[in-house]
Amino acid sequence: MNIFVCVKQVPDTETKITPTSDGSFIETASIKWIMNPYDEFAVEQALLIKTSNPAANVTVVRVGSVKDTEALRTAMAMGADDAALVEAGDNLDSYSIAKALKGAIEKTGKKPDIILAGKQAIDDDALQVPQILAQMLNLPSVSVIVGFELNGTTVKVKREVEGGALEVYEVNTPVVLACNKGLNTPRYASLPGIMKAKKKPMAQYSLADVGVSDADRRVKYSQFKLPPEKPAGKKFDATDAAKQKDVVAQVVGLLRTEAKVI
Amino acid sequence: MANVLVFTELHDGHVKPVTLEILGKLAGQTADVAVIGDIAADQVAELAKHGAQNVHKIKGANLDKYSPEGYANALSDFIKSKSYDYVFGGATSVGKDLLPRLATKFDAGLASDVTNFTMDGGVFAGTRPFFSGKCLAKVEITGPKPHFVSIRPNALGMTPNPTAGAGAAADAAGNAGEIRAMIKEIVKATSTKTDLTEANIIVTGGRAMKNAENFAILNQMADVLGATVGASRAAVDSGFAPHAMQVGQTGKTVAPSLYIACGVSGAIQHLAGMRTSKVIVAINTDPDAPIFTKADYGIVGDLFTIVPIMTEEFKKLLGK
Repeated sequence: MNIFVCVKQVPDTETKITPTSDGSFIETASIKWIMNPYDEFAVEQALLIKTSNPAANVTVVRVGSVKDTEALRTAMAMGADDAALVEAGDNLDSYSIAKALKGAIEKTGKKPDIILAGKQAIDDDALQVPQILAQMLNLPSVSVIVGFELNGTTVKVKREVEGGALEVYEVNTPVVLACNKGLNTPRYASLPGIMKAKKKPMAQYSLADVGVSDADRRVKYSQFKLPPEKPAGKKFDATDAAKQKDVVAQVVGLLRTEAKVI
Repeated sequence: MANVLVFTELHDGHVKPVTLEILGKLAGQTADVAVIGDIAADQVAELAKHGAQNVHKIKGANLDKYSPEGYANALSDFIKSKSYDYVFGGATSVGKDLLPRLATKFDAGLASDVTNFTMDGGVFAGTRPFFSGKCLAKVEITGPKPHFVSIRPNALGMTPNPTAGAGAAADAAGNAGEIRAMIKEIVKATSTKTDLTEANIIVTGGRAMKNAENFAILNQMADVLGATVGASRAAVDSGFAPHAMQVGQTGKTVAPSLYIACGVSGAIQHLAGMRTSKVIVAINTDPDAPIFTKADYGIVGDLFTIVPIMTEEFKKLLGK
């Protein structure tokens, strides 16, 4: 069984984002890069499948700049077998990324049975790549999954929709699945795992190697800027028990008379 | 002027509000609406009031419930039979899942989760958040047409006096084609509340809630206000609330009219997920909590005493 996991490297969630002076993207020099948090659930799910199917091979694939290869090394330290990296600039659109992932998967010569990815990357929050990749490979897909069961070649997954309702899907492999928080608890890489990961094979390609060019761009992003700051609000002290009721009544009154939201 | 198709979903037979937001903003373009299945006359009238010229009801076998492939097949056939420059939809659970697949059937681009846009000269140019709203960027679409756009619910707002359209409803044959990923069962949510991403009022609890049981006081306030209850990542990671309730960079990004944060410190990833709320109220014992920098109304005090008092005040105000 061939399992592929698509991962992205993104700025840590606590990062303060600063647009570049020309607005073409953000300052990336001092950013701490992490594996996209949703992708950790995808890697963990692949490793859980491998636990019950020891012959399975788990390949992690990433499209992005090569500044550091943290996300791929982390995935291999967690237990993935090998990796493929497609070198690309920042700020690529979803269509190009999906096409590059498809190219990298095909380069391995392995026919995918299950392709896992995070439901979204927390940099562009586009929520597109897994579904585009599925369509490009002519495969079924289920996104935002929070439950997974594999019986032979049939996968039963739970997809979370609005209000926390769950849609239960049954689908045969090969399939593309986009993972949400709640699916599993990602493991930490062990020290021996980290040592072993250094020796695991990592193929490296250019965008041209996987058949992607500028002509594949479908969406252009520009004029990155900070959102407008809100003016300072009003602050009330309600630490004194005697004043609490008056303060709360005043704020509730302002929500109607001033803010007009109630 | 552009020819635009707006894909709408129905919720309990009603058109999703985001569809009406989109139609209002498309004034000056020619806008049709497509729905899978049937739609009641009063809902067609509502669409017409907001500018819909034609309402296409796409009907066929295996389209009674959502499937990414079935919907994408039926809609792409329909779109190919017409000549639309743009296809719009809401960035809802279905929209987020369906539209990337549908756009790729045309090798076309999708600008997703757009929060504002213009159609100068019939050409789309949008704004969308990056890094959960820590910054914004301009988004444009290039390549083969039609171009696809998904719009975040609650972001555009309703157009006050929309220009009405003809609202001519007609059936169209839809072919679901081969469906490999099929819904076998739907497990209803225990809550009947509006989803966080579409809620008008949200009451959120943070780590200071201490446990899951204490969320009862937030539920009581939410019931009075018709609000949806959310939770910070700290509260979710501590097991006080399920991930479906999480607001922030690794949860849901929300934009309600009123956001009441109770015992939420205001970590940067949380602020990213709720900063576009129109009015923010924060209750926290720590006067230096970062949440107060984003709050329109900050109350320094203990949520366990403030929240019940506030619930009573809301009851009085709303005559409940």
